[in-house]
Amino acid sequence: MGQAIYTEQFDNGLVLVAEAMDWLESAAFCLLTPAGCNRDPDDRPGLANLTRELAERGCGPRDSRQFISALELLGADTSAAVLVAHTSFGGTMPAESLFPTLAIYADVVRRAHLPADQLDDARLVCLQEIRSLDDDLSQRAFLELRRLLYGEPQGRSASGTADGIEAADIDDVRRCFEATYRPDGAILSVAGKFTWPALRDHVAALYADWAPRPPRELIDTPEAERILHLPHDSTQTHIAIGYPSIPYRHPDYYEARAAIGVLSDGMSSRLFTEVRENRGLCYAVQAHCHSLRDRGSVLCYAGTTNDRAQETLDVVLAELRRLAAGIAVDELERLKAGLKSSLIMQQESSAARSSALAADWYHLGRIQTVDQVRSVIDNLSCARINAYLASHPPRDFRIVTVGEQPLETSRGIS
Amino acid sequence: MEFRKQTLDNGLEIVAECAPRAYSAALGFFVKTGARDECDENHGVSHFLEHMVFKGTATRSAADVNRQLDEIGSHSNAYTSEEQTVYFAAFLPEYQARAVELLSDILRPALRPADFETEKLVILEEIAKYEDQPPFGAHEKCLAAHFGGHPLARSVLGTAASVARLSRDQMMEYFERRYSPRNIALVAAGNVDFDALVALADRCCGAWTPYDAPREIYRAPPHAGVEVFCKPNAAQEYMIQVCNGPASEDEDRYAGRLLATVLGDECGSRMFWELVDPGHAESAEMSVCEYQGAGLFMTQLCGPPEDTADNYARLNQLLAETEADGVTEAELEQAKSKICSHVVLGSERPVNRLFAVGGTWLTRRCYRTVRDVTDCYRRVTSEDIAALLARYPLSVQTAVAVGPLQDAEQVVGPRETRALRTATARKK
Repeated sequence: MGQAIYTEQFDNGLVLVAEAMDWLESAAFCLLTPAGCNRDPDDRPGLANLTRELAERGCGPRDSRQFISALELLGADTSAAVLVAHTSFGGTMPAESLFPTLAIYADVVRRAHLPADQLDDARLVCLQEIRSLDDDLSQRAFLELRRLLYGEPQGRSASGTADGIEAADIDDVRRCFEATYRPDGAILSVAGKFTWPALRDHVAALYADWAPRPPRELIDTPEAERILHLPHDSTQTHIAIGYPSIPYRHPDYYEARAAIGVLSDGMSSRLFTEVRENRGLCYAVQAHCHSLRDRGSVLCYAGTTNDRAQETLDVVLAELRRLAAGIAVDELERLKAGLKSSLIMQQESSAARSSALAADWYHLGRIQTVDQVRSVIDNLSCARINAYLASHPPRDFRIVTVGEQPLETSRGIS
Repeated sequence: MEFRKQTLDNGLEIVAECAPRAYSAALGFFVKTGARDECDENHGVSHFLEHMVFKGTATRSAADVNRQLDEIGSHSNAYTSEEQTVYFAAFLPEYQARAVELLSDILRPALRPADFETEKLVILEEIAKYEDQPPFGAHEKCLAAHFGGHPLARSVLGTAASVARLSRDQMMEYFERRYSPRNIALVAAGNVDFDALVALADRCCGAWTPYDAPREIYRAPPHAGVEVFCKPNAAQEYMIQVCNGPASEDEDRYAGRLLATVLGDECGSRMFWELVDPGHAESAEMSVCEYQGAGLFMTQLCGPPEDTADNYARLNQLLAETEADGVTEAELEQAKSKICSHVVLGSERPVNRLFAVGGTWLTRRCYRTVRDVTDCYRRVTSEDIAALLARYPLSVQTAVAVGPLQDAEQVVGPRETRALRTATARKK
């Protein structure tokens, strides 16, 4: 069955990408505005998150309570998050609620009240978020790892810092909203039950007269630090390992992704087998590909009790290095089965498809159909994956540990 | 959508909600056993056994099982709760036969001693992982305090000491007592060939020996009290508070879930507006826990230690007002929209229907369509909620706090402490 995929680029830069899934009763959307934490001013880390918090406290004709009540009466299950390059608003709802929900979100991104009398409350909410990270040790390890890998400003934490949140005033929030809630660079994806002409016209009425803003360049500052230990009196040592890889848009991306799949997807993957099944070192161990638009990395995590942490780190690093020697045909065949199942099961979820559409457009500037991806998966071969691995062996590791003692990491540096 | 059901000669029930147009199928063995069926000597065995089920059979090694689950591209996993142990897989329809054969086989595990010792290390790591993770065991500690000597007081994971003590023979004894085909349902949802499923299940599971696997069910006595566990290096204070509520077989459970949504849904609830939106607390949410013969309203409250006493007072004020005045019609309608939409949207994935159909069958031996379920919510009135509040007073509660605070007075304030201590003393 061919997929019904539609795109429309408005003059102001906003792109609407949509996939009709008539067999569902739901619809889902994802609205990415270029209000990522990579745009936070250097002395206001966390400003995008504070702005997002205030943007949801009243918009258009609704105050804060009316906003939430309207969405709940529509049966819309919504969420918002600040990412590195975007602020993302999204939700899943019964198909008949799609249009009114999109209208409400047009108010959020274009006509948010940003009420000054709620700034203190919003600030407290953001500070709670920062504080909660102190107790989330694996998340802390990952945030630090991303900082080491991507530097400034792409490796930032969206939560920012307490100082940044405390320093931001309502004018900062309004300036941030003005500058970054903008149609140029924004993507609206919709998947589920709808008719395309009606959707296109509805979105045009809501967003086509949204005025673009002048662009601003970002300047990268790489991070020189490679190894970091955060002392913490904890039962486990939380180990995060990363190394540079290629982004989603790279022609060899699926080769890189397949190699990491062999390492970590499924119960017969190498990490699961060597770290957990054969040695009982961990309950949780995994690796995945992470992609920004212009660069990517591989991120690994293992959590293990303190006296077994060194062995765990050594075994994970050994498995990463062993990848360079290549993968076997049976490993690839199992991986293909899993990837294809996941791909087909995406068709059962409007939310999964709307996220995939937005990600495709942001990274590739086009939409890959399920058939196209299936064909890419079918054509993966050990020869090509192994050639990729030989020319891109895992190396230049960054290692972050949170736990009682630092670990011996010199074997990780190459 | 068609519901099908058949029982094998040995008592294994096979139930399925067949949706021929679905892209995928999901299948699960729902075993009616869990932490409440354990005793002090084998505490943690249900969950440990769930891990061991993937470690091989008479004809398959652990590596074979893992490899073959991946070969069919399945999303497979298992979980253990106080009352159920569920082994499941979601897969494309063409793999149905292989999935049935594989899952059936692993339900008769070999429990090899070497695998047992290695997997014990993994379980101990899992316990350690939760020790490091918010809310730092507050949930288990609260249930232990609330249920006291009742079987539901036992945590699913067990403790490091209880798991370390477990022997392979104890596990085999537990398996042979609980994994009777009469105590298991084979459940399927999505694009399932039911006749083929029954035929293959009969071939794979028909020889399993049946026996009775009874469970002790009695109501838990009401309990009230507050306990504090000091964890000096935590940044936030984590509280779990429970009150009695409807059990899984009680018809007023729909009213209970609606009440919990009005009071403590993540967004738009009374707790959200009173505690989270103003930034007093990081989170304040109420959910329901339903068991056979017992139920709970469970509230989790997390925030800065220095604000905990104030937040706890705000929470209790809100609960007292609700107990006295009930909920408004507008709140009830909003909660109905939210829950019904969630039920309907969730039903699009066969794997979600698997858990709904399987859970209902295991606890109540009946089948409910998505429409049946949403109708039950739609019928609830504000009078039903008032009756529920009279039956389950929110003011009788057990609370546990884990975080930097050192004693009950710091957590609940001096006057509250006296009242709660008195309540506890009266029970003894």
